Amino acid sequence: MILNQFLILAAVLFCIGVYGVLARRNGVLVLMSVELMLNAVNINLIAFSAYLRSTAGDVFALFVITIAAAEVGVGLAIVLLIYRNLHSPDLDRVEQLKG
Amino acid sequence: MLDYAWIIPVIPVVSFLLILFFGKKMPKGGSEIGIVAVGSSFVLSCITAVQWFQRVEDASGAHGTEAIKAFGKGLLSAGEEHVIVEPVIHTITWWRNGALDFSVGTQIDGLAVMMLFVVTLISLLVHIYSTAYMHDDRRFTYFYAALSLFTASMLTLVVASNTLQLLVGWELVGLCSFMLIGHWWEEQDNTNAALKAFLTTRTGDIGLMIGVIVTFFAAGQTFDIVAVNEAALAGEGGHTIWVVGASCLLLAIIGKSGQFPLHTWLPDAMAGPTPVSALIHAATMVVAGVYLGARLYGVFWQGFSIDAGGVNAMAIVGGITILIGAALAFVQNDIKKVLAYSTISQLGYMVMGLGVGAWVGAVFHLFTHAFFKALLFLGAGSVSHSGSHHSFDMKKDMGGLRKFMPVTFATFMIGSVALAGIFPLAGFWSKDEILAVAGQGGFEIFMVVGLVGALLTAAYMTRCVYLTFFGEYRGHHHPHESPKAITIPLIVLAGFSVIAGLANAAPAGIEKFLEYVEPRTAFPEGILVPEFDYLLAFISVGLALTSIVVAWVFWTEKRQFGLAGLTERSGTAKAGHTFLLNKYYLDHLYTDVIVGGIKGPIARASYWVNMNVIDGVINAVGRGSTGLGRVVYKYVDQGAVDGTVNAIARETDQAGGLLRPLQSGRVQRYALMLFAAVGLIALALAIFG
Repeated sequence: MILNQFLILAAVLFCIGVYGVLARRNGVLVLMSVELMLNAVNINLIAFSAYLRSTAGDVFALFVITIAAAEVGVGLAIVLLIYRNLHSPDLDRVEQLKG
Repeated sequence: MLDYAWIIPVIPVVSFLLILFFGKKMPKGGSEIGIVAVGSSFVLSCITAVQWFQRVEDASGAHGTEAIKAFGKGLLSAGEEHVIVEPVIHTITWWRNGALDFSVGTQIDGLAVMMLFVVTLISLLVHIYSTAYMHDDRRFTYFYAALSLFTASMLTLVVASNTLQLLVGWELVGLCSFMLIGHWWEEQDNTNAALKAFLTTRTGDIGLMIGVIVTFFAAGQTFDIVAVNEAALAGEGGHTIWVVGASCLLLAIIGKSGQFPLHTWLPDAMAGPTPVSALIHAATMVVAGVYLGARLYGVFWQGFSIDAGGVNAMAIVGGITILIGAALAFVQNDIKKVLAYSTISQLGYMVMGLGVGAWVGAVFHLFTHAFFKALLFLGAGSVSHSGSHHSFDMKKDMGGLRKFMPVTFATFMIGSVALAGIFPLAGFWSKDEILAVAGQGGFEIFMVVGLVGALLTAAYMTRCVYLTFFGEYRGHHHPHESPKAITIPLIVLAGFSVIAGLANAAPAGIEKFLEYVEPRTAFPEGILVPEFDYLLAFISVGLALTSIVVAWVFWTEKRQFGLAGLTERSGTAKAGHTFLLNKYYLDHLYTDVIVGGIKGPIARASYWVNMNVIDGVINAVGRGSTGLGRVVYKYVDQGAVDGTVNAIARETDQAGGLLRPLQSGRVQRYALMLFAAVGLIALALAIFG
């Protein structure tokens, strides 16, 4: 199999994810971008796992999926609280810790 | 069963949990779970005992138990091999700390087997008895749960294979007795009694903890009971450390087994329900101390040099306890308190027995005493349940009950006669064994103490029986016989009180304790096995009988001899009576003198010392220091130190101001910096790596 395509796909997805995390204002979209980054990593893991004919990568990917689910739960709870307190999901308005 | 003995304590633990969670929903309030559990423990204990007998007989081979007996008596002729019966030990690792393994396990040998039998039997009978006695109690289920836990703790202690596990069982037993003594906690007196029992025994428990630690190091870092005993007998690490260890462990025995001077909690513990008193006094709480002494006998043997004869701390404590306990039993009007002081006195026999080298005698006395003392307590409970309307006052509410309660009367009589040590009931054999060893092992003075104790015991039990069952009924109720759940345990115990002594009836050639109970490993070699002394036996029985007759005449015919009101007329008699009534003023010593002293004069004295001496010194030092301080303040502090500090602060402040914009408070700005940094590092690695 050809590894390159998978790696390029993963890199593209990861970059989109990084862009979303850094540039988006909406908390929900930031969370979705984080998911994109995690899944890019998953693709890498699975690709190498298949390429090296080892199951270790699959296991890691499963772990990442599980942790990601938990992370989204916590993340959405945080976004919900931000919305309740500031009446907007806009992350730029969360700057109470400004020095 | 020898290999699976851990099941025996686990069953009551399970029953404790079951009663706690499901007891209230059961038709009999959880009592059936407790009875079934303790009953199965009892059956398993019996199986264990039979298998232990088998093991001993197998080990003795063709010679039979004669060989074991000969070995125990040190009568081995040349060429005969030593008959060694190893205890069955199983352990698992509890936790591991560095190179040290902390294990839990079971050690089954003759002593453990005997204790298992006694504890489970008495506990079973108490469980059955309580179904009637505690019938309408508001915390019936809770009571049974606590009884189960109490039994489980004692069984854990009995099968323990190392001193650490022993300590755990020991503390659990103390906790459970606290719970049960304070069972009726709505009344302040009961709560106080429970607290007193707990705190007094805690005083001794400190001794156990230190003793365990001392023996741990003395025996080369091991908690294992066999190893500790072997090391102690070999005198490893010098004699002194074993003296320290034995003294600490003796303190533990004094606290737990109600020995002088920490015996004051035991009579107060009568505040608990009567079945609990029976359990505490016969099978669990107080015998834990004697059991500790028997278990770690090597330590005491070495520490107190028991083989040298003469006097030692252990025998003295036991001897004093025999006499003071017996004397106090004369002035009590509460039937349970008479029995409580009697227990103290009998425990004194056991501790003295250990102290004079009568290991078999002490353990044997523990065995027989368990039956007749449980019988007496349950009998007293029966009297109060059905005869005197929940009162324990012999002078006010009892008297003449033999007509109304024939079964209780007959069994109580058997128990009293056994306690008084009349041939051929149980108490005679075990007491005589202790006295014989004391006489023949160079402890003559303690033999005399024991004989005087026997005399007093017979007299106060006569008084107790007379006041309760003879004369005219002085109460205002309708006494009747107790229900079957109460009388059947009494009859069973009466049976054992009659025959238990025959287990080690030396003149008849039956020496089961010597054969099956006395350890063959890690045990003092050449421990004295007494010849049966007919003269001594006649003297002790004669004394007891005389004292019964004298006491009988005294209490029945008081008026004819002009003895009535003796305490009012004679100054000496009155002083003695008051002295005894106040229990030698020991409680006053503890609460008023020691606690009050610390609160009052000692506190004031230390306050004075504090104000005048210490403060004076401090003030002088203070004045000198302030003068020096002013100089230092002006030049060193303000000039040099503050200058430096201020300069550093200024610089930091400016640097902070420069970096401040970076702390924007926006998460995405931070993430950008993070990614930028990662990108730069990646770039650097790509170029230079």
